[in-house]
Formats: sequence, C-alpha cells, structure tokens
Amino acid sequence: MSFLELQNITKIYPNGTKAVNETSLNIENGEFVVFVGPSGCGKSTLLRMIAGLEDITNGEISLDGNVINNIDPSERDVAMVFQNYALYPHMSVFNNMAYGLKNRGISKEEINNKVNDVAKLLEIDQLLTRKPSMLSGGQRQRVAMGRAIVRNPKIFLFDEPLSNLDAKLRNQMRLEIKRLQRQMGVTSIFVTHDQTEAMTLGDRIVVINNGVVEQVGTPKEIYSKPNTKFVAEFIGSPQMNLFNCKIENGIAHIADIKINLNNSKNIEDASLGIRPDDILISDNGQHTCVANLVEYLGSDMIIYSKIGDQEFSCKLSSKIDLNAGDTFKFDISSTLVHLFDNTTGLRV
Amino acid sequence: MKFKPLEILTHIILILGVLLMVLPIWFSFATSTHDNVSIMTEGMKFFLGESFSQNYNEVLNEKGGWSEEVTATRMFINSFIMALGIATLKVVISAMSAYALVYFRFKLAVPIFWLIFITLLVPLEVRIFPSYKIVSDLGLTNTYTGLILPLVASATATFFFRQFYKTIPDELLESAKLDGANSWRFFIDFLLPLSKTMLAAMFIFMFVYGYSQYLWPLIMTTDEKYWTVVMGMKIIFTENYEGVALPRTGERFAYIILSMLPPVLVVVILQRWFIKGLIQTEK
Repeated sequence: MSFLELQNITKIYPNGTKAVNETSLNIENGEFVVFVGPSGCGKSTLLRMIAGLEDITNGEISLDGNVINNIDPSERDVAMVFQNYALYPHMSVFNNMAYGLKNRGISKEEINNKVNDVAKLLEIDQLLTRKPSMLSGGQRQRVAMGRAIVRNPKIFLFDEPLSNLDAKLRNQMRLEIKRLQRQMGVTSIFVTHDQTEAMTLGDRIVVINNGVVEQVGTPKEIYSKPNTKFVAEFIGSPQMNLFNCKIENGIAHIADIKINLNNSKNIEDASLGIRPDDILISDNGQHTCVANLVEYLGSDMIIYSKIGDQEFSCKLSSKIDLNAGDTFKFDISSTLVHLFDNTTGLRV
Repeated sequence: MKFKPLEILTHIILILGVLLMVLPIWFSFATSTHDNVSIMTEGMKFFLGESFSQNYNEVLNEKGGWSEEVTATRMFINSFIMALGIATLKVVISAMSAYALVYFRFKLAVPIFWLIFITLLVPLEVRIFPSYKIVSDLGLTNTYTGLILPLVASATATFFFRQFYKTIPDELLESAKLDGANSWRFFIDFLLPLSKTMLAAMFIFMFVYGYSQYLWPLIMTTDEKYWTVVMGMKIIFTENYEGVALPRTGERFAYIILSMLPPVLVVVILQRWFIKGLIQTEK
C-alpha cells in the first residue's frame, strides 16, 4: 500500500463542471511529485482535495493507511504553501509560523524552539519580528515555507508557489525547495503550469489535461517517451514540432517530404513529432528548407521554417552561421521521432 | 517656499471652511464664559469672560428638572452609557452577522442580506410605536436596556463589514483552516484584527448616532434619572424663562459646549487608530 493513494477521484462542481475525472494515483513516502498542466486542467483542484479544502464528489483518498475523505483539513496533517503565500498580514513572522502550533496546544517553549530552528534553516531568523508587509517577495516565500515546515506534516502541498517571483528568484527558490525536500525527506506534491519547474523539481511528474491524467513518469520518461500528443506538446521548450502527415507502409508524407520510419505502419491521419534539437542540420542533409526567422539566444539559436504550410522550429548551436532567408539542409532520423494517431491522440 | 496662485486660492477656501466650522463653536464657548446680564445686553461674545467656573459649575451640579433632582452630570453619564452600549453592540452584532452572511454559505444568505439591507428604509422614527409597545410590554421603560436594545441592529454596519470581509482573500481562510483554526478562532484571530480600522470607524459613527438620539429616549423615559443630554438641552435651565429672571444663556451655552465633548473625545481618541490603519496598507 502506498503512502498517499488516490482512487478514482472525481470532482464535479455544483454548476456541473467536471474538474477532475476518475483519477487514480499512488505516491510513495518521501517522493517529490509534480502535477503539471495548463491552467484550468484540474491540477489545483486535485491538490485542494488532498488538502481537504474541496469536497470529493467521488472516489477515495487515503493517507498513511487511513481514508481521509471526511477528515477535517486541520487533522489531515498536511501543510500547504499557497500561490500568494496567504501569510497572516496582521501577525509577525514568528506568529505566522507559530499559529498552527498554538492551535495544536503545543507548549510555548517547544513552539519557540521549533520556530527558531526552522527560521535558521530558511535564513529568516532576522525577520521574526517583522510583519509580512515589510518583507520582499522571496522572504515571504520563505516564511510561507517555514510555516509549512514548522508543523512537520506528513505531506507538503505546493500550489504554484513560485509564480509570483521574478525569474532569477524563481530559479533560486526552485533549487532551495528541492534541496529542502531532499534534506527533510517529506512527501511533497507541487502544482505548476510551468514545465521547466516540473522537469527540474519532480521525482515523478503527473501531466494532467482536462481533469484527466495523461501520463505519470519520471521527467526523463515523460520527455523521451510522451504517451500522448498532449504530453508531447506540453513538455519541452521550445515545444516539440508536430507535423500532420499520412503514413503509408512506414513512410511519412509531409507535404513533398518523405521520411522513412523503418516500420510498416499505415495511418491515415497521424502526427509526426520531433523535438527542435533533434532535427539534424548538416550540409549533406536530405531535405532543404528556408529559414524564415532566426531567434538568437546566446549559446543557442532557434530557426523557424516551414514544410509545406506547416511551421516548425529547430534549435542549434549559434556557432553555425545561418541568417534569416538562408536555405539549410537537414535530416529527420526515424529513431528520434514520436508518432501519434490524431484520432485517439495516443502514441503509436 | 513660493506659492502658485492656485495654491493660494485653495488655501483661502480651506481656511474659510475651517472658520465656518470653528467660529460658531468658538462663539458658543466664549459666550458660555460670560454672565447672563452682559449676554442679555451685549449679545454673543467673541472674547472670553470671567464667569467660566461659575457657569460650568452650575451646569454640572445644579439639580434641575421638574423634580429638581437630576443634574446635568447624571444626563452626561446616561448619554454616555447609552451611546457606548449602542455603539459596542452595534459593532459586535453587525460584525458577527456579516461574518455569518459571508462565510457560512447557507441558501438564504443573499435574501437575508437584502432583508437586512431593506431595514435601512425603516428607521426608528417610523417604527417608534411598535418599538415602544414591545419595550413597554417587556417592562423595560426607564431602563438602560430599554434605551439601548431597540437600536443595536445596524444594516449600515452589517453592509460595510460584509463588503470588507469579501475583500479578504480565500487563501487566508484556507490557510487558517489548515493551521487548525475553527470558525470562532478565525473570527477572533483574523477578521477582528484585520478589520481594526473598520471597527474603529464604525464605533465612531455609531457612538455619535447613539449619543445624538432624541426621540427614543424622550418617549422611553418618564423617570428623570434616565434623561439624556440631548433631551436635557431642551428642558434644562429653562424653568425661569417665563418669570422675571434673566434667561440663563451663559449656562445653556456651557451645557452645549459640554455636550459636544464626549463625541469629540471618542473621535479624537479613535481617530489615531483609524489613521494608523489607513497608512499601513497591509493585506
């Protein structure tokens, strides 16, 4: 039996919207799981059901062997970090962190020790007397984490906690969250719409779309072998190129380009996916295209081009001398492509 | 520092406004320090006179009324108790009812809110006879309870609290829930401290409202022991008016000046808190 088990969880809002549909998931103790998906896909709803902030329409959630469907949020032993931190504006940092402990009837001395320890761990021990309004974004983030850590819960729940920070701070906090999670070994669920965050943080990633789990796996599995067309498009930056094509006897036809897939498949309406950095550009490539636009990124550059009327992009080292308007030659290797059936959206 | 013409103009307008507000009060105060003969012969005064202690002493300690038993001090105490009771209960009750309306999502919350809101159209003056009947049936005439109770529900304050609570982000409630705060703790530990400035503002308004009640105490009280300041203003120091004696204008002005003090004090004391809250925008 797993540490946290979701069985056929469904959430239907009173207005009839189905936010989460028949979702099952097992999470092991100490694991760092990331829920990722576009906004409105139900990932936050799922997290909030685990926290007890939303009712569960159908299904069962059990934590550490106990069904927690009808247990009050405060008694589930979970801690949550909210997107806008939800710090208590009228309380000092110390009281923000101590409030949950006070409600649990823990002695003053113990509260003092715990809060001070966690504050040191997060390097916010200088800020304990301040009010949240006097803190910077990064400091607030730390306090919000401290408030969760100090309670020593069974599970940490993070609801897009980094989305209010600027890019630099976000990277820094991301590393810090990962480091803290490793250090404490507490099971964590992190919700984000940012696939980079998902890839870098998670031991396992759960890709969710329209209330349905599309794929569960390690970042590597998800990146190298996306189960569905949605996952292929969603994970990876720049986005995977997907060409609508017809496959006859193992040969994909994209406009006037033919790609030998080394199999004998026949699909009427398929998508051929290839990551921008998997397109091999070389002078003796089989196919020729015109670079319509070149985006310079420093070490890399991205070339936008078209096959027929289908746009695609390639990522390559910026050492290659290629400008907008130039033609270039490339190969698409059959070992690097991902094939999806357009009618089912599934990998073939 | 140089002033632009527009700035000078705005300052002149502001100064005129201040004078308009302050001068009548100053005239009343200055007049209240003169003896009745000079007021009778010379009219309102601008400069201070010499009868300050005599006039104010008489106001506070002279027994008046029909029974010659009640002093103005007694009336001040009555008014203060009434205003304090009304303001406190109004603030407490409307904060709590707004809490119920916003956070407990029962089916009839919205209709109930509008029902409360509609009562704004039915002020005490409209329902004064039924109110009197109820209070007298309960045997509460000539009691502080009777003075206070019919006035403690406030649609205005409920409305303001409701609007304020609605601006508090849901995450705060959710976070508090995860921290183990029940409904009662959330109200005490979160809503009340967060609405501190609101509470102060409402208390000021409601205190002044309670203090300036005239009709209700007039109907409610037959016993002079329960007279309030605003009622007294019409009754006190008028007993010799028809006789040969001089009208006691000096004492009456002194009484007016004194009657303004409690609400002014409440405003001054709570205003500091109020402004402090306005400067610290923390939410």
